[in-house]
Amino acid sequence: MRVALFVACFDDAMFPATGKAVTSLLERLGHEVSYPPGQTCCGQVHWTTGYHREAAALARGFTGAFEGSEAVVTASASCAVAVRDAYPRIARSARDPGLARAAEGLAVYELTEFLVDVLGVTDLGAYFPHRVTYHPTCQSLRTLGVADRPLRLLRAVRGLELVELPAAEECCGFGGAFAMKNADVSVAMVADKVRHVRDTGADVVCAADNSCLAHIGGALSRLRGGVRVMHLAEILAETGPV
Amino acid sequence: MTASSGTAGEARAPVPLPTPKFATAARAALADTRLRRNLRGATASLRERAGASPEPGDWEELREAGRAIRDDALLNLDAHLEELERAVTEAGGTVHWAADAAEARRIVLALVQATGAREVVKARSLVAREIGLNGALAAAGITARETALADLVVQLGGDEPSHLLSPAAHRDGAQIRELFLRGLLGAPPDLPDEPAALVGAARAHLREGFLAARVAITGANFLVAETGTAVLLESEGNARMCLTLPDTLITLAGIEKVVPAWADLEVLLQLLPRSAAGEAMTPYVSSWTGVTPGDGPRAFHLVLLDNGRTRALADEVGRAALRCVRCSACLNVCPVYERTGGHAYGPVYPGPIGAILTPQMRGVESAADASLPYASTLCGACADVCPVKIDIPEVLVHLRGRVVESRRRRPVPTPELLMMRGLAWTMGDARRYEAALRRGTRWARLLSRGGRIRRLPGLLGKWTEARDLPAPPAESFRAWWRRRP
Ligand code: SF4
Repeated sequence: MRVALFVACFDDAMFPATGKAVTSLLERLGHEVSYPPGQTCCGQVHWTTGYHREAAALARGFTGAFEGSEAVVTASASCAVAVRDAYPRIARSARDPGLARAAEGLAVYELTEFLVDVLGVTDLGAYFPHRVTYHPTCQSLRTLGVADRPLRLLRAVRGLELVELPAAEECCGFGGAFAMKNADVSVAMVADKVRHVRDTGADVVCAADNSCLAHIGGALSRLRGGVRVMHLAEILAETGPV
Repeated sequence: MTASSGTAGEARAPVPLPTPKFATAARAALADTRLRRNLRGATASLRERAGASPEPGDWEELREAGRAIRDDALLNLDAHLEELERAVTEAGGTVHWAADAAEARRIVLALVQATGAREVVKARSLVAREIGLNGALAAAGITARETALADLVVQLGGDEPSHLLSPAAHRDGAQIRELFLRGLLGAPPDLPDEPAALVGAARAHLREGFLAARVAITGANFLVAETGTAVLLESEGNARMCLTLPDTLITLAGIEKVVPAWADLEVLLQLLPRSAAGEAMTPYVSSWTGVTPGDGPRAFHLVLLDNGRTRALADEVGRAALRCVRCSACLNVCPVYERTGGHAYGPVYPGPIGAILTPQMRGVESAADASLPYASTLCGACADVCPVKIDIPEVLVHLRGRVVESRRRRPVPTPELLMMRGLAWTMGDARRYEAALRRGTRWARLLSRGGRIRRLPGLLGKWTEARDLPAPPAESFRAWWRRRP
């Protein structure tokens, strides 16, 4: 299959390891990966913060960059939501039926959906000998409804000890602009998330979205929590010593 | 708790306190350990109750039916309201229309004053809060006796309700005991702080009021257009006393409370108790239609309030908020509400529903009202539980758009607007983006020590107040991709 990789701008700049991991995963499975060079930012932050005109412009750019792709895959659950769920709304608010059509023409998948549903694989031959807990981000859990797909993928990883995160489904407090506009509440929320993560005794907390992980990881780092954050894709790409 | 400077006969509004922005009010709430404990306890026990009783097998169908009933009611609101007025009038009641809070206060005050009563008993009514009724009554020398236990606690505490259904969710037993000892005549000094004893003390105080009261003021959960019936749900039975003992009954309701047909209650009376408290049925469901000679009140007045509701109705996305049946389920699951409580959302409508209702009713000009749509992480827990399927995150994002549009019209652009515009311009072109990316990375790496950034300047400084940011790697993904063999 020919897969067009969509790397969130945030991941491009801050977490390039995630995009590299997705590339190596998909290539390992025998698929052809491309990276459409025109892509920049899907407009998610502009949309959710209320800058709807700017979001529409970015959405037009995005659909142009990925036009004609067979399958668009991203490791950012919230960006997948932006394109799939928000673009029709952005098009409506901008009164732009062309954008609505262009968005409808795109087959955008979040990574775990793509692996489990489209490719039908859960065992990626990964080896990761660590104690890991998984945080279901709100957008992957509630909007995309990825359900237990990430957990199925993690359970197939050799050497990995998966521990359940208490109160896993509670928001970590990131929420895009919320983390800045309501920094105090945001921090109060992540404090509880961090406490739960540490209670598991895990070495690594993973998720399917680097934005929430930057939040959880940022708090863990400030507190010298001794727990690493890692995108799920990076765990799945680990094959260990051959 | 109330100013008594008004001249009798004039409905003087209590001077509204300048409400702070959500973030400012939340900061104080977050620092209040007792409040945090009480809220954690209250929301956890409400969630537990909701989770304890099994969801009926047809729950999703019920929700869908509830959504459809409420949507239909709103779609033809004017026709239903006319029908309601006809039916109420035929049953011997009188309907009054209030365009805003001031008009509603004037109407109610005139009705009370016409009876000559110096005291009224009040059952739960959010609309009474919305119009600032207690202040107006007090200014006219009329005492309002709250009969719902939690409202009594709020009244004695001199603050605002913090939850739609449990207005005193921010108080614990010890605090309530203290308030009773100070405020309730005849409360024994050895009053224990257990719920049963506190309820007993309140009951003794209330009974006296009921027997003497000639005027009652209540809210309503639903108004049935075809029959002219008002319906009220409660768990204490005190509202029922208000409905039966006094001579004059004044019911306040927002115009959106109407439902077309009696049969619609079948669905709504299943949804509301379950979402509110995990119950199959609310202990007391009262309904009344006009007046019945020789039985109950001799005069019935229904005051219907607009106060921004038709404006909300005109908004295609925002109008979904008017479907709300005030069950509180969205508050009980909201991680933000659980930490800040209701007061941070301003008066009357707290939690996720308040965040989408208040800015629609009051507009988004003030900084406080404009901050409400942003008082959410958009986590979606509220939308999952709402019995009438209001997509609260969708409405929040929509209202954020309204806030930004209103700020664009200001002569001087806000720093945020400039930043977001600049960002969109940069992102509008891959080459511009990449140049900015390289510059930004270099700059961010200079700010970092040992792989982490501990302080960012400007608007981003809020992030690093309590969180680090990893230093960006020298090579971006796209640079790596280009270098790949
Ligand atoms: S918005 Fe929905 S969940 Fe919240 S109070 Fe209203 S009906 Fe209940």
